[in-house]
Amino acid sequence: MKTYDKLIFELSKPGRKGFELPEDQFNTNGLSSIPTDLLRKDEAELPEVSELDVVRHFTNLSNKNFGVDTGFYPLGSCTMKYNPKINEELAAMPEFLALHPLQDASTVQGALHIYWDLQRMLANISGLAEFTLNPYAGAHGELTGLMVMRQYHMSRGDEKRTKVIVPDTAHGTNPASAMVAGLEVVEVKSKPNGSIDVEDLKPLLDDTIAGIMMTNPNTVGMFETEILEIAKLVHDAGGLLYYDGANLNPLLGKVRPGDMGFDIMHINLHKTFSTPHGGGGPGSGPVGVAAHLVDFLPNPRVKKAEEGSYHVETGDQSLGSISSFFGNFGVMMKAYAYILSLGKENIKNVGPLATLNANYIKESLKDDYLLPIEGVCKHEFVFDGLKDKSTGVTTLNVAKRLLDYGFHAPTIYFPLLFHESMMIEPTETESKETLDEFIEVMHKVAKEARETPQSVIDAPLTTIVRKLDETSAAKKPILNYKALKEAEA
Amino acid sequence: MTNKYLPHTEDDIREMLQTIGIGNIDELYADVPQEVVFKEEYDIPSEMSEIELRRHFKNLAQQNKPLTIFAGSGAYDHYSPSTIAHLLARSEFYTAYTPYQPEISQGTLQYIFEYQSMISELTGMEATNASIYDGATSAAEAMFMMVNSAKKKNRVLLSSTLLDSVVKVIKTYAKFHGVKVGVIGEKDGVTDLDALYKELEEGDVAGVILPQPNKYGIIENLEGVAENVHSAKGFMTLYCDPSALAVLRTPAEWGADIACGDGQTLGMPLSFGGPYLGFISCSNSMLRKMPGRVVGATKDADGKRGYVLTLQAREQHIRRQKATSNICSNQSLMALFATVYLSLMGKQGLKEVNELACDGAHYLYDKLIASGKFEKAYDKPFLKEFVVKTNLDMKKINERLIENGIMGGIILDDNRVEFAVTEKRTKEEIDTLVEIMLED
Repeated sequence: MKTYDKLIFELSKPGRKGFELPEDQFNTNGLSSIPTDLLRKDEAELPEVSELDVVRHFTNLSNKNFGVDTGFYPLGSCTMKYNPKINEELAAMPEFLALHPLQDASTVQGALHIYWDLQRMLANISGLAEFTLNPYAGAHGELTGLMVMRQYHMSRGDEKRTKVIVPDTAHGTNPASAMVAGLEVVEVKSKPNGSIDVEDLKPLLDDTIAGIMMTNPNTVGMFETEILEIAKLVHDAGGLLYYDGANLNPLLGKVRPGDMGFDIMHINLHKTFSTPHGGGGPGSGPVGVAAHLVDFLPNPRVKKAEEGSYHVETGDQSLGSISSFFGNFGVMMKAYAYILSLGKENIKNVGPLATLNANYIKESLKDDYLLPIEGVCKHEFVFDGLKDKSTGVTTLNVAKRLLDYGFHAPTIYFPLLFHESMMIEPTETESKETLDEFIEVMHKVAKEARETPQSVIDAPLTTIVRKLDETSAAKKPILNYKALKEAEA
Repeated sequence: MTNKYLPHTEDDIREMLQTIGIGNIDELYADVPQEVVFKEEYDIPSEMSEIELRRHFKNLAQQNKPLTIFAGSGAYDHYSPSTIAHLLARSEFYTAYTPYQPEISQGTLQYIFEYQSMISELTGMEATNASIYDGATSAAEAMFMMVNSAKKKNRVLLSSTLLDSVVKVIKTYAKFHGVKVGVIGEKDGVTDLDALYKELEEGDVAGVILPQPNKYGIIENLEGVAENVHSAKGFMTLYCDPSALAVLRTPAEWGADIACGDGQTLGMPLSFGGPYLGFISCSNSMLRKMPGRVVGATKDADGKRGYVLTLQAREQHIRRQKATSNICSNQSLMALFATVYLSLMGKQGLKEVNELACDGAHYLYDKLIASGKFEKAYDKPFLKEFVVKTNLDMKKINERLIENGIMGGIILDDNRVEFAVTEKRTKEEIDTLVEIMLED
């Protein structure tokens, strides 16, 4: 049913229902005690459909989607690794699903154990002292981490540190998170190879700098080899180092951010620790800190007593609360299951194998695609479009053509360092056979671009919908069913 | 190196290294300074097979005690129809990422569009975003929307009757971003409107955030508030329970500019606090100040209906530090949860959920008052949550309830306790609750 294009509202028929409730035994008629001017006048126009209508509708929608389970998803910077099935099942255990977040600690020891143990394992893997698991996503972790940074400076009465240094190649969330945290962004330039220009950094380091946000490997997938010098310079200037954990995957088993001098970091559990991306969320963005920053972590905190029991605390030096309760606990359970499944024997191979996969694709395709930065990359790398620039075929065209061949496209037009960026991240869970198929198709598209460029420019040709008109969507936004009905009338 | 999640055989590795032109995997890290190469072993347990992992989780599960819940305060024990978990388990949904390639993401894009439509129906407001983290962060983002929309005004007023968990998060965001926050006190369990109007006279208020229902479960009468806020050139945000909006006067009907809140009440499991769902709706005039993803309808090259992420010029990947927010995702799967839930419940079912919860809550309330051990804390209308006063030792009573498998009310202070009742609670459960509370 790939042609299915109805909205659930269009299946609606007055009087139909998709669920039944128990009979009301109370005879209290509670709603009648509420004055009518506090009640809504018109009914909400929710669909009236049967349970089977609902099941078919959403099953049909799922058929119009592409996930990691569908096929190879080399979306750079997003670490689309396999999402193990057992983790889904464990996270849905009713003994965890039914817990109210305000239950007495004595009744949620199993849940608190997972929270505490996961943060401890993340701290060990990161080389930091302690983590909070409260942040809901990577960007939320960045914001929380920057709040820790500011809280630290404020606790020392150092009010003038209101700027944060961000590389010009950084993920867009870095400067945006800084803005939300009330910090002014100062850009540090990168060298042509994408690494931070240390000479450009030096003059920026004064007593108004709260710290620097970096990721390593950086957003072009290259290791920042001068990291120790950068760390020393920033620390000597009184600043802190923030590590954007979006690129943590290649470091598993090889390098710990804390050992490179980072004071604060976030981890995307939905990247490095295999929890599903869920079509955009829920994710989880734990934040870890070095020992001197532990007291500033957000509330609530989960603590372990010497005798082994767990309890919940609120710290008075804490930056405050950034979530209603303990964050996306359901996501944490999946990451916890993943780490325990792999264990110390296998976790250490994750980084090297992810890096091996990326370099294998890079070396296999650089005859057809322009590799602007030579050398060994880490978990991902960037092509600057096709090598042959005479065909008129753009990175966007190549991306769309890949959809025709059953692959998800790479991240395109990021980083901004190159005009035709195409960022490829295979992850360690993909086999050599899958990579070979991808390489073959990429070569095929390059050949088409040379020989029959229009077939690439017109792509996609075989998807459920073809190229969508994004310009009029933004000019005249149609954001709900009623507006769509009006527009189509 | 082979493991069920790591498919590389030794032959694979050898051939791949050959293509790359190096001799062993360690050479891939030759650029890493030796001082930072991690040479120890991680302090984590050895690998567990699925059988061992399941046993481990079962042991942990036994250390939890699921209870019959009579507490709310921002997390409610509503029922999740079975169908939802089945549909959310479609891995085409949950293993996808943000729909960057719309041609192969129409499933995600369409359910977000339907989600936006349904939340807009509940709030009565034109524009709804694709969702954000949770209710508390939705309120913090609403604060930024109001400050960014108000010209040169930087003070936001909060009612002290908002949930404490929401107020705390708003205050954290405000403190770091540099927004001034004033808290308006309460009178008889509702926002002190006279105090609010007095503050508005200062002329520096960008907006106000008020709850509906409030933290005591009371439905506040906000007649005239929007007019007063607007004539002071400020904006009004209502923090709402979306489930309750099937019956309660909508934020649009109250004249609000923004509605936000937590979608957990739409049947989402309590799940020890998350994942839940933050929502934001607003009038079209504030649309471009709204944070997060937004999905719009459009047509494809053949004129077919399709959906795309739209209005991205607001967002961080384009605007960087000038973006409206740093949010770059949504709680997509939980938005799908809400969409399936609202489809199943439909127009009639969601009203019935409210009726049943409201009737159960009033039954408990009447019973407590009739016992003579509890008295009214406020004389105000409520839906599914309420506060009563008592001289009983509630701490001791709650311990006794836990022993009997029940989570009693939330203790607010020495003599006030708050209960919540959902459509899941039976008359028998309520009778048992009261019986155990009154033992002694």
